[in-house]
Amino acid sequence: MTSRDAILSKIRAGLGAKANDAERRQIVNERLAARGRHLIPARVKDRTPDQLLALFRGFLERESATVLEIESRQQIPSAIADYLRSNNLPARIRVGGDAMLTQLPWGSEPHLEMLLGRAQPNDGVGLTRATAAVAETGTLVLASGADNPVTLNFVPETHIVVVEQANLVPAYEDAWDLVRARFGPNTMPRTVNFISGPSRTADVGGKLVMGAHGPRRLCVIVVKDSTSS
Amino acid sequence: MKPTTKSFKQNVRVALTDAQLQRALAGLPTGLVANRAAARARLPEFDDLREIGRDIKDHTLAHLDLYLEEYERNATAAGAKVHWAATAAEAREIILNICREANAKIVTKGKSMITEEIGLNAELQAAGMEVVETDLGEYLVQIRGETPSHIIAPAIHLTQDQVEADFRRLHTSLPKDRVLDEAAQLVGEARQVLREKFLAADVGITGANFLMAETGSSVIVTNEGNGDLTQSLARVHVAVASIEKIVPTREDVSAILRLLARSATGQEISTYTTFSTGPRRADDPDGPEAYHVVILDNGRSELLGTAFREVLRCIRCGACMNHCPVYAAIGGHAYGWVYPGPIGSVLTPALIGVREASDLPNASTFCGRCEQVCPMKIPLPKLMRHHREAEFELGGQSRPFRLGLKTWAWLATRPALYHMTMRLAAAFLGALGRRRGAFRWLPLAGGWTQHRDFPAPQGRTFQQLWAEHKAGAPR
Repeated sequence: MTSRDAILSKIRAGLGAKANDAERRQIVNERLAARGRHLIPARVKDRTPDQLLALFRGFLERESATVLEIESRQQIPSAIADYLRSNNLPARIRVGGDAMLTQLPWGSEPHLEMLLGRAQPNDGVGLTRATAAVAETGTLVLASGADNPVTLNFVPETHIVVVEQANLVPAYEDAWDLVRARFGPNTMPRTVNFISGPSRTADVGGKLVMGAHGPRRLCVIVVKDSTSS
Repeated sequence: MKPTTKSFKQNVRVALTDAQLQRALAGLPTGLVANRAAARARLPEFDDLREIGRDIKDHTLAHLDLYLEEYERNATAAGAKVHWAATAAEAREIILNICREANAKIVTKGKSMITEEIGLNAELQAAGMEVVETDLGEYLVQIRGETPSHIIAPAIHLTQDQVEADFRRLHTSLPKDRVLDEAAQLVGEARQVLREKFLAADVGITGANFLMAETGSSVIVTNEGNGDLTQSLARVHVAVASIEKIVPTREDVSAILRLLARSATGQEISTYTTFSTGPRRADDPDGPEAYHVVILDNGRSELLGTAFREVLRCIRCGACMNHCPVYAAIGGHAYGWVYPGPIGSVLTPALIGVREASDLPNASTFCGRCEQVCPMKIPLPKLMRHHREAEFELGGQSRPFRLGLKTWAWLATRPALYHMTMRLAAAFLGALGRRRGAFRWLPLAGGWTQHRDFPAPQGRTFQQLWAEHKAGAPR
């Protein structure tokens, strides 16, 4: 008997279950198909988009992230340039293949250098686009792939994330619905990252320090009108 | 990991007189405990969520075989290689073979209690590989040749001065006169040293907080981002998880995530929660080329048919140890195996045997705080009591202890005699101890008075006071 079968039959013995019990299987299949939601916190119920944004922003700022609100996508390059300048950071950013990000009017910021592809060891700033943002805890939801390589979220010291307010949802479950709509009901990207602040540790003497292994700084740019092109 | 649970009493004596340890433990009540209370206060539905979390896990455990099969099917369809290990030795062998096939020289590791349980590092090191713990706390513990003393804060027993001394001893290629006065400077140095390891690693090994059946994903939760660098920069990612980590759907994981960080550190959510499904896709520019999942039993399936099934709901948040007066006094190492605190006092005897770890379920005041704060509502004191009963059945205790218990039982089942004896004892000890209010030593109770004073009775028993109260006498 393989270890797999031994483990499964031990489990069934412990549960007093038979191997091919149609009733048990139906219970499991129904639950998987239903994708039933549990309790959604009242803090995000019946909120206007701007109330959700205020909540989202509040949680992220509490965790030492920066949140910038801009009106249209066209303002992304200047918002990034201003953020980097005011924090004395190098004007050189790494971005993946995301068409929305790469086709922005970067010409308006001629000193900003753009590098394409996955993160390299010496990259200082990574720019990615979130699939969704969750108000209930100030959480970004990023899907890995050629558009937004996962290493951009963790290797550079500064991580800038663009998210459209239209994709700001109340709860985690709403974000999963956006992921299902984009990738298919049963398909997951290689990684989905929930990110809720810059990297941190309290392992040295219990003192909170930012930038343990991942980014020291997280800057979130919320685009309020995502229809502009 | 080899248990030292048998020398628990000796471990405790050492811990209680360890000044460094006592200094390090002093911060618990104001840190993690206060943070959890604040997080709970910010979310009024917190206790309702605990019931939901318990129900999700109970349902999953009742159908564990089917959810494991569903998980395996979906993970395999996404390109994962799923391995099953019945024992720790089998898990070590599987992982060693994966590392050998990958021709691994450097193996990075995310924080994982399960790899502590199976003693993985020693196995890989014996095969000539460099194994690097990348969670900062785990790294601090590894460079001292120690083990974690807490499941979410592995280096909670260390002070900042000790970390500085270790870094100066170990990081000899850095300038000797560098300044390391601040925690931030020490973290910066570790970041620099470990970044090189992340970039050079061949295999990255992580644990898993959850295995999601619906999608075949493994899930890790971290604050440092080390787990993500571990699994996305190495050529091969190995996730190791025990059978009870299964959760059915994304909705179920979402519900449990609302409990996990709030219970653990008092955060609304941990900084990073990462869902991994299969290896790098055809058009992915990064991520591991191969992705393995090792599902470990190591004794857990045998608990399903017993009262200890409930302990399999544990999500390893550490709240029980943060709130435990015994843990706060002795720290984690004294418990002698992988899992310290109340969860360890239940899980350790359940997994390695009551004979091996008989002192652990007795190291409790039964104050009940652990059960009160457990996000999965595991009745930890009740389960410790089960272990005590099992130990008694096995005849594990000393002869005087058993004789004492028998005498007590004989007396306690004869109410008239019991009340008379207690009245006499309370009056006698009350008169004798009136001046000091406590006894430093009592005959036949040396084991008790060795570590604390015995409070002197006030002179009358509860039964006497109760009778007077009912008779309407002024108190």
